[in-house]
Amino acid sequence: MTLFSLFDIAGSALNAQSQRLNVSASNLANADSVAGPDGEPYRAKQVLFEAAAQPGVAGVRVARVVEDPAPPRLEYNPGHPLADEQGYVAMPNVEPVHEMVNMISASRSYQANVEVLNTGRQLLLKTLTLGEG
Amino acid sequence: MIDKLSEALHFQHQALRLRHQRQDVLANNIANADTPNFKARDIDFAAELARAAGREGGRKTLELNQTSARHLGASGGSADGGVPQRLYQMPEQSSLDGNTVEMERERVRFADNALRYQAGLTFMNRSLQGLKTAMQSE
Repeated sequence: MTLFSLFDIAGSALNAQSQRLNVSASNLANADSVAGPDGEPYRAKQVLFEAAAQPGVAGVRVARVVEDPAPPRLEYNPGHPLADEQGYVAMPNVEPVHEMVNMISASRSYQANVEVLNTGRQLLLKTLTLGEG
Repeated sequence: MIDKLSEALHFQHQALRLRHQRQDVLANNIANADTPNFKARDIDFAAELARAAGREGGRKTLELNQTSARHLGASGGSADGGVPQRLYQMPEQSSLDGNTVEMERERVRFADNALRYQAGLTFMNRSLQGLKTAMQSE
């Protein structure tokens, strides 16, 4: 356990939370993308967090990004070029409300970790000037 | 002489070391606030400090008899304080994903620990100043 391990811990959390924010942003941006590079509608993505496996304290990391298995949302729009013979268009399975909640939660966690980082920095600076006063 | 000097600062040193380790544990809790199945942990500061101070003060804690070089020590730590025991916290309100981090409590604990760390630093500074003053000629 080194002097600066606090920065690694809080830094790993900042990293993980910002990745979660990015995934949320990607989901929101693609909420209406009916066709991706593979021709399929966009699928909502989710990050999976896991505690970094090390003896002692080690922070958090993103284990992997998974796709939401929910079926695509069908929208009736016969005029759409991608509509099937019944007139339905397969839309992405993104839930904007879920994404907004996810985004707020991620930004709050990010803030908490920034606070941890700031406090740790102040304490370390004081420690470095120990005995000078 | 140097022994005496280091002994004068020893207790503060142990206290600061434990505060620093506890800070890491609490920061880890906050970092893992959204990790499924993560269990929040903490250090029992008073018990660990008593252990560290007691061990260094000549009184040995209970240890297993080691008759072979391959036996592991049972004291739970090495000579320089060792690794403090990280206990699991009992959550007041459990969550569905098995995570036991309660953000408010963690933040309070973290702030409290940071303040006490600063207090420790102040005590240490004053001890150093006292020693310096004692060593200076008029």
